[in-house]
Amino acid sequence: MTDASTTSSAPQGARQSEESAVTRFLRATEVDTRMLGMLGALLLIWITFHLFSDGRFLTPRNLWNLSVQTSSVAIMSTGMVLIIVTRHIDLSVGSILGFVAMVMGVTQTSLLPSVLGLGSPVTWVITLSVGVVIGALIGALHGYVIAYLAVPAFIVTLGGLLVWRGAAWWVTSGQTVAPMDATFRLMGGGPNGSIGATASLVVGIIACIGIVSMILVGRRNRKRFNFPLRPMWAELTLIVVGCGAVLGAVAVANSYPWPKGIVKRYAQANNLEIPDGGLFIAHGIAIPVLIAICVGIVMTFIATRTRFGRYVFAMGGNPEAAELAGINTRWVTMKIFILMGVLCAIAGAISTARLNASTNAQGTLDELLVIAAAVIGGTSLGGGIGTIVGAMIGAVVMQSLQSGMVLLGVDAPFQNVVVGIVLVLAVWLDGLYRRRSV
Amino acid sequence: MQDPKQPATDSSSSVGTGSAAGDKVVEMQDCSISFGGIHAVDHASLDLCKGEVVALLGHNGAGKSTFIKLLSGAYKRDTGTIRIRGEEAVINNPRDAKAYGIETIYQTLALADNVDTAANLYLGRELMTAWGTLDDVAMEAQAREVMGRLNPRFQRFKEPVKALSGGQRQSVAIARAILFNAQILIMDEPTAALGPQETAQVGELIKQLKSDGISIFLISHDIEDVFDLADRVAVMKNGQMVGTAPVSGVTKDEVLGMIILGKCPPGATPGPGAVDVG
Repeated sequence: MTDASTTSSAPQGARQSEESAVTRFLRATEVDTRMLGMLGALLLIWITFHLFSDGRFLTPRNLWNLSVQTSSVAIMSTGMVLIIVTRHIDLSVGSILGFVAMVMGVTQTSLLPSVLGLGSPVTWVITLSVGVVIGALIGALHGYVIAYLAVPAFIVTLGGLLVWRGAAWWVTSGQTVAPMDATFRLMGGGPNGSIGATASLVVGIIACIGIVSMILVGRRNRKRFNFPLRPMWAELTLIVVGCGAVLGAVAVANSYPWPKGIVKRYAQANNLEIPDGGLFIAHGIAIPVLIAICVGIVMTFIATRTRFGRYVFAMGGNPEAAELAGINTRWVTMKIFILMGVLCAIAGAISTARLNASTNAQGTLDELLVIAAAVIGGTSLGGGIGTIVGAMIGAVVMQSLQSGMVLLGVDAPFQNVVVGIVLVLAVWLDGLYRRRSV
Repeated sequence: MQDPKQPATDSSSSVGTGSAAGDKVVEMQDCSISFGGIHAVDHASLDLCKGEVVALLGHNGAGKSTFIKLLSGAYKRDTGTIRIRGEEAVINNPRDAKAYGIETIYQTLALADNVDTAANLYLGRELMTAWGTLDDVAMEAQAREVMGRLNPRFQRFKEPVKALSGGQRQSVAIARAILFNAQILIMDEPTAALGPQETAQVGELIKQLKSDGISIFLISHDIEDVFDLADRVAVMKNGQMVGTAPVSGVTKDEVLGMIILGKCPPGATPGPGAVDVG
């Protein structure tokens, strides 16, 4: 932005000279201060819990578990961002998750084995596809009623909350379905559902290459059109911080070993001898976390790089303007809800696999966690503002609070009190921030 | 300000049907729309020739904006026909209107406040890369070019348009309308948010667009804004067309009389909304 300052008008130039070093740093790196604030808050939460839990919070084991627990809500929160950005709300995601999970449970335990036999390698693919299709259909139904029949989303999805929870019960008359297909279960994490140390390192390195090339491509594009460039030191800082965070996360995942019992069984099965100090087999990144990260990347791409994403944000900013600009706002609205249904199905697959069962109560109250994650992550309920990555970090914040309170032995009802207060506080602070910055 | 295409005393006026001169780009005939029991536009007719500037005047609530929104596709008319370049046009939504080369600068500007200038300019007509993704860089480059012509001091391309001043927002809305080679331009109170200098700029722009052969509807409640720019004035009152007149054939006071009293002077062609004189 240094180039811009030379060409901008006088008042802007005057304002710039008064900036402190911190402001200059933020301007040069073009980092979103709000995002930085949220990461700071997350760090604060983590350190506080770490201190109060006698050092049990910031351990590889806890952080790894935290990442797995966050996946399902994080995936749904990416869709909730688009919904809230367009000034709608979806109260039914937990119930959709429950219903789709139930259908997926029945599909893989009773329907498919009779056709394919038990333990077929394609069971999980078919099951997941069935779930995704059903999720999409439910979303399409909600979206149609909201967009074309003009029933408020609050009402439609409030109805959906009851309907799909009831439907989940109806699938098996309330019985829990278990156990799940062995391959399907990998989506839920656990020692087997993680990719191991070597593969994690490879993923980490690929991510680093991705970060570097993104920054290089951005720089080349700016050069091509003579846009102001970030200073070189700012680019380098971004690369170092980004890659450091990725490799740090991989290091944490790689330092969480398999439990002794599983190592012993694994050694017996593979005729390995366990050395004196015990055999160290790292978990590596859990598969649900990888799925969540992929979903996050795809959703960010959709939100920022596609026409659909642009329309979503324009509709949120000014629905009338979007309509006058010739955007088919109804169809876009319907597509958003279809996307939400698909994400609910993916989240449902993960939570079913993790639990190794489909239960009638699965996903109960998830809608509130998902909405809270999106809102804490900076999605404005007034519409038009929100980021996918913000919502996913918001999901981590929510899960950190819960998991930290479990570590501290806080009673379950009191946990809800804290989560509720934090949500209100976060929205208030967010409002303060926005009023100040605009 | 002589308009050779529209002799002052000619009876082939906008009122009445069956007039189909060759260079008429827009003919709106007998258009009506009502909301509930309110006849917002009541059998109004108006036409526009190539390269002509027609000022549509009237009080607040006279129905000018609603009438013109029938042409821009924002509202769907209850009755009436619209012909574009002599052919009957089907305009059910803004997309249809844009397909006929009709661009509109709305009174409210109709900008998406939370996205930046380039995104607003190309809203609904984004430039795409070969991979089907948004080509933000190209859009911003184009935006810089067109904004550079309209408002050379404009630099805040990275910020959402919410952060811009009234005049800057207005120039974004104008730039969006002229970016896509509009044939017919509708400007609804284009200078409402502007200072004197910027208003003069818009005046210059209108003259330039007119010389490029673009036909313009200029809507205003203030006669001072538009009298010197227009070839013809059309006045609405209570949803009805009071009448039309070439600016050379009427005085400002006479037009004011049309606006306030609905009284048609001798130089004007009365419409259904005109009250009987004397």
